[in-house]
Amino acid sequence: MLKKKHYLALGAVALVVLLIFSLPQRATSRLKLAAGSLFLPLFGLLNTAQQLPGNAADAVMPRRALLKEAGDLRNENQQLRFQMMQAAATAHENDQLRALLGWQRQVPWQLKLANVVMRDPANWWRTLQIDLGSRDGVRENLPVLTPDGLVGRVSAVGLTRSQVVLLGDPNCRVSGLVANPAHDVGVISAGGPLDYTLVELTYLSGNADVKPGENVLTSGQGGIFPKGIPIGEIVDSRTVEFGLYTEARVKLAVDLGGLEQVWVMLNPQLNP
Amino acid sequence: MNPLQTLLILAAAFLAVFGEAAFSLLHHWLGAQVDLLPVLMVYAALNSDIVTVSLLAVLGGLWFDALSANPFGISIPPLFAIGFVIYLQRELILRELPFAQFVLGAVASAAAPALAVLLLLTGGQDPLLGWGSLWQWLVMSAGGALATPIIFEFFNWCQRALGYQPRTETSFRPDREIRRSRM
Repeated sequence: MLKKKHYLALGAVALVVLLIFSLPQRATSRLKLAAGSLFLPLFGLLNTAQQLPGNAADAVMPRRALLKEAGDLRNENQQLRFQMMQAAATAHENDQLRALLGWQRQVPWQLKLANVVMRDPANWWRTLQIDLGSRDGVRENLPVLTPDGLVGRVSAVGLTRSQVVLLGDPNCRVSGLVANPAHDVGVISAGGPLDYTLVELTYLSGNADVKPGENVLTSGQGGIFPKGIPIGEIVDSRTVEFGLYTEARVKLAVDLGGLEQVWVMLNPQLNP
Repeated sequence: MNPLQTLLILAAAFLAVFGEAAFSLLHHWLGAQVDLLPVLMVYAALNSDIVTVSLLAVLGGLWFDALSANPFGISIPPLFAIGFVIYLQRELILRELPFAQFVLGAVASAAAPALAVLLLLTGGQDPLLGWGSLWQWLVMSAGGALATPIIFEFFNWCQRALGYQPRTETSFRPDREIRRSRM
């Protein structure tokens, strides 16, 4: 039997829910960010606690090992400088050819490193939060990647943190280009809820001939991701809708389950 | 209403949401993250008042949605529905029995994500669902079932440690006094 206080509680909760649902999108986003910022001190504490073992290990690391590591890094740095000189010459030549053809000049990617601070607690979304926000120049729909390949895009931005929607989430669709002679183009869409490594490449043409092991890159279409970022490689393919389309499974180049740091591309240039 | 108990439940909900977002080991091993909010709701509905149940549903739901890609506030109705139903039936539930706690935890942990996904689909959202979701549902339900007796034991311990101890009574009763006569 419902009593008066039960009705009151029911009404109060219903009122709160209706109020939140009736708010404009902008106000809801602000409220969401404000509520999420309550957790920031705890994430700061966690970050400090995670750094403690690393700092302790650094303190007890032998000097010989440190010197060897410094030497290796010095060698690697010199090799990378030579490669950069070569790449700069190629880029210069590329710019000259682009100027001759009247194409837009390519701008070097401006990347910013971000730490992954947490993952989506709900099992039906694939998102994570990074420690860069609007004060760092991050805005919605910027591409997020690692040296291995594409990770996803920024979906919401707060002052000090942002939400990144990962590849394989239904809200992160990417136009993918298969690196084969036909340059087949499809759409990277959601994967399965359990496997973070596989996604579907859908809407390939019915006569697309994609083979296992072929690389998939961003096509530059869609207005968010620049062309040529590695996405993964084809695992297998099949025709669907009575041969109208081909679908392929793609093994992602990046291990999305073990991400700790990502790069946000602050100046994605979309035109070729 | 016991304010200390309410505060403890809300603090546990806050830490539970933080833990679910910060630690993903369980997600790596089992493919699903166990949600402790339905478990806390079972405890609140059986051992607390309707105000605590409502506060837990509203604040817990908002905290969860703040760290998730869920629309803000979508987790409140499932949590409140579970808490309200258990609260209304709590006189009929043997709340002290670990088996009853286990079953209630399993049912609540299964119902909360199912209701949330139902609301998301009704609202035109496109959550990541597939055959693997059944496994995730099973893991969430089993995890919630296992966690419920532990949560009950933890809160009982907190109550003993932080609350007033019940006054010990002597076995003396005046009506049972043996009056001895000279004989």
